[in-house]
Amino acid sequence: MSGRGFNKPSRSLRLYSLIFLFVLYVPVLFLPLFSFNDSIYVKFPLTGFTFEWYGELFEREPVWNALMNSLKVGISVSVLSTVMGIFAAKAITRYRFPGRGPAVGFIMLPLVVPLIIFGVALLVLFSRMGVSLSLYTVAMGHLIVCLPFSVATLIPRFEGFDKSVEEASSDLGENAFWTFWRVTLPMVFPGVVASLILTFTVSFDEFIMAFFLSGSEPTLPMYIWGQLRFPKEFPSILALSSIIIAVSFLLIFISQWINRGAHVTSVKGD
Amino acid sequence: MVLLSPAFGFMLVALLVPFGILLLMSLWTAQGFGFDTSLTLDNYRQLLERPIYGALMERSLSISGSVTIATVILCYPMAYYVAFHVHRNKMIWLVFITLPFWTSYLLRVFAWKVVLGYEGVINSGLMSLGLIEAPLEFLLYSQSAVVITLAHAWAAFAILPLYVSLEKIDKSLLEAATDLGDGPVARFMRITLPLSLPGVISASLLIFIPTTGDYITPALLGGPDGAMIGNLIQKQFGPINNWPMGATLAIVLMLCIAVVSGIFILLTMLVRRRIS
Repeated sequence: MSGRGFNKPSRSLRLYSLIFLFVLYVPVLFLPLFSFNDSIYVKFPLTGFTFEWYGELFEREPVWNALMNSLKVGISVSVLSTVMGIFAAKAITRYRFPGRGPAVGFIMLPLVVPLIIFGVALLVLFSRMGVSLSLYTVAMGHLIVCLPFSVATLIPRFEGFDKSVEEASSDLGENAFWTFWRVTLPMVFPGVVASLILTFTVSFDEFIMAFFLSGSEPTLPMYIWGQLRFPKEFPSILALSSIIIAVSFLLIFISQWINRGAHVTSVKGD
Repeated sequence: MVLLSPAFGFMLVALLVPFGILLLMSLWTAQGFGFDTSLTLDNYRQLLERPIYGALMERSLSISGSVTIATVILCYPMAYYVAFHVHRNKMIWLVFITLPFWTSYLLRVFAWKVVLGYEGVINSGLMSLGLIEAPLEFLLYSQSAVVITLAHAWAAFAILPLYVSLEKIDKSLLEAATDLGDGPVARFMRITLPLSLPGVISASLLIFIPTTGDYITPALLGGPDGAMIGNLIQKQFGPINNWPMGATLAIVLMLCIAVVSGIFILLTMLVRRRIS
């Protein structure tokens, strides 16, 4: 195979790829860099090393409240969207029915349509229904954002295992529920865990829906948005952002690792 | 069918009902703090008459058009590298390429604000190195800042479809081309590029559609020249408090995106027919 040209190592392409990765990560890495800088100005040259901004965060009650709000929303959204995603992925992979393609496309729609449109549409709906904005409305918005990710993560898992195992189980006398519980679920388990972590992170980091649908209880990204107006708050926001980014990186990495093998097809979407 | 219904039913209710109400509201007019609910096309007429709306829409489309072109061109070699030159640990490469995409969009935009700011990383870095005397002002609050940030933020959306379409190419076709005497450039133009076109198309749409409605990046980095239609929609629902106008703008934004995407798909189909 090799030696034909198209797959022999290309040094310039490799260099390009390394630069690409570098540029992809560097802007984000400036946040932690400056969060340890001993100055309220976010600029070079760095003046000294400090944990002050992190320490200060711990004493802020609003940060803790926003964290709790984000956790509440994130956990409920990840569980709900993963449960719905399991059913949807099973239906999509196991049964052929008319309109299957469009139905899948419809569920994936929020991946591509500008979220601002969903945000304002839901805002209008809630206000006409007389529903006041709260963490529930934020969770509702996040569910729309997260469901496509759940379905896309779970479909390859369901496609990846042999249907005859399920059939064997029902032939041996297990009913549909026990077949699902004892055969299907363990087989797709990595996908389920990946979906739970992934959707939690997406919800935890989500801003656009929260922006339109939050009431008086801000999530963490909403809290950060509010503080961005005050330049003197920059260092503590840098510290908070660094923590969020580190946790998100870790969670996503874990979820991708658990679900490895199904990765490429999963994000293809459509 | 029963299994699909929770997810599908939820999406149906959660998407169609709000859209219906949005459409309905676009036919209302704002009146003081409430709405005049008699149906009229007044908002749409205003949209056509006042140049500001058209100008903003045009700018949004041109900004996300530039973002789309820049991102696809920059991401193509990267996807090509992973598809053809990485043989072990492809998975690790893909995870590393997509990892930043999953983290908070707001924070990534914030990071660019830190980098491009008046006293940001680039300006203060260049100044402390003595390369420039005064901060470069064009970095922040400009359309180029918006384009850079959006291209960076949506890179993963371009790489994955490009990678998938490149990966699918039958390697024996490339071998055949080589055996028949095609050089690397001819081989790329005649086989790799046409066969990866579906990936290019989906990458373009996946970037163009969501970026057109973006408002965080222009709000934080765009300044007055970089404002996009999303900012105006957000303002109608916020400080301006004219919800029917906001609803109208959202509907028109969707229509514009649909039309531009439709034309794009049509054009690529024509190009493809000509190639084959």
